[in-house]
Amino acid sequence: MDRTEQERLIAENRRKRELRYLATFVAMAVIFVAIVILNINTGSVTISVGEILRVIFLRQGEKVTYDIIWSIRLPRIAMAAVLGGALSLSGFLLQTFFSNPIAGPFILGISSGAKMCVALSLIYYIQRFGQSSSVIMILAAFVGALLSTGFVLLLSRKIRNMSILLVGGIMVSYICSAVTDFIITFADDSNIVNLHGWSLGSFAGSTWTDFYTALVIIGVCAVITFLAAKPISAFQLGENYAQSMGVNIRLFRVMLILLSSVLSATVTAYAGPISFVGIAVPHLIKRSLNTAKPIIVIPATFLGGAVFCMFCDLIARTAFSPTEMNISTVTSIFGAPVVIAMILKRNGGVKQ
Amino acid sequence: MSDYVTASGLTVGYNGKPLIRDIALSIRRGEIVTLIGPNGSGKSTILKTLTRHLAAIGGTVTIDSEDLSRITYKELAKKMAVLLTDRTRPELMTCRDVVAMGRYPYTGSLGLLTEEDQKLISDAMVMVNVLELSDRDFQNLSDGQRQRVLLARAICQEPQVIVLDEPTSFLDIRYKVELFGILKKMAIERNTTVIMSLHEIDLAEKISDKILCVKGDHIEHFGTPEEIFSTGLIGTLYDISPKVFNPLLGSVEMPAPAGEPQTFVISACGSGIPVFRGLQKAGTPFAAGILYENDVDYQVAFSLAAEVVTEKPFGEISEESLHRAMEIMDGCGEVILCDVPVGSANARIRELIDYARRTKPCREA
Repeated sequence: MDRTEQERLIAENRRKRELRYLATFVAMAVIFVAIVILNINTGSVTISVGEILRVIFLRQGEKVTYDIIWSIRLPRIAMAAVLGGALSLSGFLLQTFFSNPIAGPFILGISSGAKMCVALSLIYYIQRFGQSSSVIMILAAFVGALLSTGFVLLLSRKIRNMSILLVGGIMVSYICSAVTDFIITFADDSNIVNLHGWSLGSFAGSTWTDFYTALVIIGVCAVITFLAAKPISAFQLGENYAQSMGVNIRLFRVMLILLSSVLSATVTAYAGPISFVGIAVPHLIKRSLNTAKPIIVIPATFLGGAVFCMFCDLIARTAFSPTEMNISTVTSIFGAPVVIAMILKRNGGVKQ
Repeated sequence: MSDYVTASGLTVGYNGKPLIRDIALSIRRGEIVTLIGPNGSGKSTILKTLTRHLAAIGGTVTIDSEDLSRITYKELAKKMAVLLTDRTRPELMTCRDVVAMGRYPYTGSLGLLTEEDQKLISDAMVMVNVLELSDRDFQNLSDGQRQRVLLARAICQEPQVIVLDEPTSFLDIRYKVELFGILKKMAIERNTTVIMSLHEIDLAEKISDKILCVKGDHIEHFGTPEEIFSTGLIGTLYDISPKVFNPLLGSVEMPAPAGEPQTFVISACGSGIPVFRGLQKAGTPFAAGILYENDVDYQVAFSLAAEVVTEKPFGEISEESLHRAMEIMDGCGEVILCDVPVGSANARIRELIDYARRTKPCREA
């Protein structure tokens, strides 16, 4: 084959890939809308699609329906979407950072660290002031997330083997959970109720204020991440190559860690620790796009995480209604098999 | 032409521990400089310091008259490209994606590629013969293919200096030769400076303008290949007998079997080489003669034979050499006779052959 012929083929393949990206995004957008509607539609009170559209776009309808949609279901859906996106993005960043597709905020103990600090602050705060604020929760979660991340980073200096590093992360996670359990054991009954519900993870009870706070924090992080798509792509070739292409590695590493910590801390502060979303979603997205190009994967991962979490929340809410499952139960059921499949494929495919 | 890369009083090492002190280098544009030296002698450490992957412990490095420690990473990326020994296994990246990363210092803040970039990417891929791998997943390539794709990446970074750490590992002989052809072309056509480390000293001798001999804690020598290979430097550098590496042929020879010669080989003009090698493999110590010092047989016999009876080029065989050959032959159990063209100068070799036939069991090779 001569060069022109080959270049024609390459250009054609590029067009095919771009078409695939477009198709994936369109499909996700369609699913997104469908799940939003399904989510508003189902529950203890079933609301018809026509009614939903009327309430949302025309702001008309029965008072009860209107309140259910605007005060209960919509904020919860919005929260699930934003936190799901944040969680997936956080996972993607950690996978880039550790060059390991199985890294994620939950596995590395970052969520558990955040949970531990939130539990501590909740009890201390409620004892002192009778109630807690979301700012305190977010700050506590962030401190906890950074503590765990810092510990994992210390381990990663000593340990070159990535699978052992993950085991280290899991251990961190257990230690934090143990501390959290310890705190709960010795906490007042009234606090426990509060804490227990939260620590299992749920999007229930989300308000618009919560949503807007989360949206601002996560939105800023997501935009920064998107703008950092270029150095992230260089980082995928490894730290040394990235530096040789002009990336200031030290600065970049700090930025990655801060971004992923803020993202997962915000999620944990509002919805408790949620497992597997951070690993499963980026993986599924990369597979369906068949690329790891950050500039495409970053928005797709965010959208995918939103869809995944809204879907899981729908199931958590409705599967055994009126009993609600906690969100991690559902994300684990759907996420863990993806991760197992991924490990199997990796061991079979890459090892040559 | 002025020096493009220089080092003065440079001390390199890991974690603040000096490994090699006081390195002085001056490398011009378009020069090919090779680092050779034993395993673990610090070749990579020096290269990593030049590429700024390691901070210098002391002294300075300059690139294009600028202090390396002051230059921004982005500026450096426009001047220098690297090929590292790191195992990179990026997920779901095609070869073209990997090569395209070479355009990194030149693309906008989102890293989008222009038509011009695409052309340069294709050019680089054509140069190293990997255009047909464009859409293949980088992870699924062979080591050699991966090495070439990474080289294409470095080329399309349009560097003024390219630093390669053991670029020939994983490459078969064809691609080794091709790699050097490409580097030479870059040096000549684009005036690119090439700095690399190699284990193959024979190739280093043939490709380099200058060679840096790195030996553990110091620099043994920095100079032209002629300086290095005409003296016994290689032996000192690697702690090997001068018989192991023949700089004239660029060949590596196995050590000679130990002991007194048991077989005597009479040969000339290359007819003895396969016999020498056969005896070496069988572990039989042997003597060879009478060989002119400009005979190719002599070059190999020098490394493999226990003793060699030699004669100065183009002279007649002296009485003394003949007797010495006979003396050694007396101690051997057998004689191997190879094809020896006889002319006026070496006419007396017939006397040696006759002596052999009279006194020893002879074997024609």
